[in-house]
Amino acid sequence: MTDEAYNFAYLDEQTKRMVRRAILKGVAVPGYQVPFASREMPMPYGWGTGGVQVSAACLTPEDIFKVIDQGADDTTNAVSIRKFFEKTAGVAVTEKTTAATIIQTRHRIPETPLTEGQILVYQVPIPEPLRFLEPRETETRKMHSLEEYGLMHVKLYEDIARHGEIATAYAYPVKVEGRYVMDPSPIPKFDNPRLVSAAIQLFGAGREQRIYAVPPYTQVVSLDFEDYPFDPSKAPHPCALCGAEDSYLDEVITDDAGGRMFVCSDTDYCTQRRAQQDGAAA
Amino acid sequence: MTPLLRVENLTRSFGGRIGCADVSFDLYPGEVLGIVGESGSGKSTLLNCMAGHLAPDSGKVIFDTRADGPTDTLTMSEPERRMLSRTDWAFVHQNPRDGLRMRISAGGNVGERLMAVGARRYGTIRSRALDWLERVEISDDRIDDRPAAFSGGMQQRLQIARNLVTGPRLVFMDEPTGGLDVSVQARLLDLIRGLVRRMGLSAIVVTHDLAVVRLLADRLMVMKDGHVIESGLTDQVLDDPQAPYTQLLVSSVLQV
Amino acid sequence: MISVDNLSKTFTLHNQGGQVIPVIAGATFSVAPGECVALTGESGAGKSTVMRILYGNYLAQGGSVRIGDVTLTEAEPREILALRRETLGYVSQFLRVVPRVPTLDVVAEPLLALGVAEAEAFERARGLLTRLRIPETLWTLSPTTFSGGEQQRVNIARGFAHRYPALLLDEPTASLDPTNRETVLRLIEEAKSAGVAIVGIFHDKGARDRVADREIDVSSFARAVA
Repeated sequence: MTDEAYNFAYLDEQTKRMVRRAILKGVAVPGYQVPFASREMPMPYGWGTGGVQVSAACLTPEDIFKVIDQGADDTTNAVSIRKFFEKTAGVAVTEKTTAATIIQTRHRIPETPLTEGQILVYQVPIPEPLRFLEPRETETRKMHSLEEYGLMHVKLYEDIARHGEIATAYAYPVKVEGRYVMDPSPIPKFDNPRLVSAAIQLFGAGREQRIYAVPPYTQVVSLDFEDYPFDPSKAPHPCALCGAEDSYLDEVITDDAGGRMFVCSDTDYCTQRRAQQDGAAA
Repeated sequence: MTPLLRVENLTRSFGGRIGCADVSFDLYPGEVLGIVGESGSGKSTLLNCMAGHLAPDSGKVIFDTRADGPTDTLTMSEPERRMLSRTDWAFVHQNPRDGLRMRISAGGNVGERLMAVGARRYGTIRSRALDWLERVEISDDRIDDRPAAFSGGMQQRLQIARNLVTGPRLVFMDEPTGGLDVSVQARLLDLIRGLVRRMGLSAIVVTHDLAVVRLLADRLMVMKDGHVIESGLTDQVLDDPQAPYTQLLVSSVLQV
Repeated sequence: MISVDNLSKTFTLHNQGGQVIPVIAGATFSVAPGECVALTGESGAGKSTVMRILYGNYLAQGGSVRIGDVTLTEAEPREILALRRETLGYVSQFLRVVPRVPTLDVVAEPLLALGVAEAEAFERARGLLTRLRIPETLWTLSPTTFSGGEQQRVNIARGFAHRYPALLLDEPTASLDPTNRETVLRLIEEAKSAGVAIVGIFHDKGARDRVADREIDVSSFARAVA
């Protein structure tokens, strides 16, 4: 039930058109950060204001919406954003990856492979992959436009020199379609191979006022060295709940005595697997 | 012989004030040109105009590029010019902080130019960096230290290594020994001289220190109020200066 | 090899009221390959000035100087540098080097600048230093700390490292003991017989009489008195 006090999906139509234009430009130039006039949203920066604006611009009344935060549907942030669009857009919501048409995410890509027609919306805190190497925005823009990406490798070099391997474990930089170096948002590097996807991937950074995109089947390559190739490793455990060996795991502290367990960070994936196992056992 | 660099009528003013005016000269491969003058004489403006850090009002800076021969760098596209400045050109700043990345290790600083031109093998980058640290007399166990932990002289030597690792043909130096202890200066000058000779480098060195140009430069230009008032062989200009200002400059040096 | 025609030189002291000091005028002479010419004249007559003009260190106000096929008085700096590298050597009275550079490197440098292989250049440098009796223990040290006589011998070794077709010698034997003086005179004689054209200033009359074929009195070059 839409709250009549709000326009569909909270933002006014002109704003959504502006955001859509930015999205289209982003899709046309994969990996390029498109500036957009980010609006104040009824939530603090850092809580997904960019992702929410992108979702608002993409949602139609027929869409089925899913929100995950670090893979989970039931965390505060995911629940509030899901409720926000239930209230302001009246769209159907789901926790099932396969059932959703639009999935807004923070810090993960779902384990279940996405399909054509789905849209994955990322919340991005800092869209500029070169930011911590070169603080001047004027200079980083120039570096992007001239494809001067040597500095990005300097960061990876520093990792190897210091830690013996590329220690960057999340927000691992990628090169999109052989052109733009892009920050894939703070997803674990384990998820990087999934950036090559059948779904449309949209990235929204509200505070930084940038939108960028990876269209379906775009080439996305994680940066590395020939003698230190990219390695999408994860914790060497199976999930303590569903036994999955191929999913990204969260470490959960279970008591004060150092007890801990590793469980799937993707709650839907874990739930589906356990339901299947129960079904098979029954 | 084709000059490596030909500067024609280079002029830059700041509002009504002259930065440098009508400067022309040729620099041949292997030559080291010194530019001296007091603060405000326009020598740094000239250097920055040549190196592409500052847009001149008029004039030409023609560099003998590997691919296309003599080309006016001022009419080059920005990607071309920036490519030039990280391959065939190098710029050594007076303050190493301006020329180094202080939060990146010595090895990363030297390796950056290699990675910028496409080096993608860590082992190779590492060994090139070690080789260059040795050439500038920085011990190999400092490769992973940040330059912030280095002395001023070491920082300056690191800056030189970082600049020369890609084998440039032209090096711009802005007061390369400024701010260093005399003992450190001598060592650095000796190092630069050796590298220039062994690599066949051409260099343009801006300084107000006449002792530096005497040791480093083959030729000398003296600037005053934005104009070149005298030029010639370094020892000739210093030992038999013709212009009144140059005579004053030379006679003002304190003898030790 | 060296020909000087109607050379004149004045110094204008702009910062001392524009005072003009004439030094030489109308200097004309030439030196053939294998010949040694000594410049003479009392102190202040302009001997050193002539030497410095011949090396391109001082600018001439008039006339011309030719060394080999280069007209020094009209040459570009890089042509003079090439001339100094290949053709024209100069042993000055004072050694001027970068502090900290070892003696052996100082002596080998003219050869290295010509592109001679390091092994060969250092071999020649070692030979000359040995002949000039610079103790081997000093070779790795900078000559800036040496005694006057030692510095001069290093300077001579450096000047003779490359066989320049034209050589300028300013007081090469001034502060040397008899043994080393003899060595230096031998070096000069060897250069002469190898066809080197030499212009020298020798206050040491014995040395002058022995190596010089001719004397030119610099004070004979009429000075245009202001």
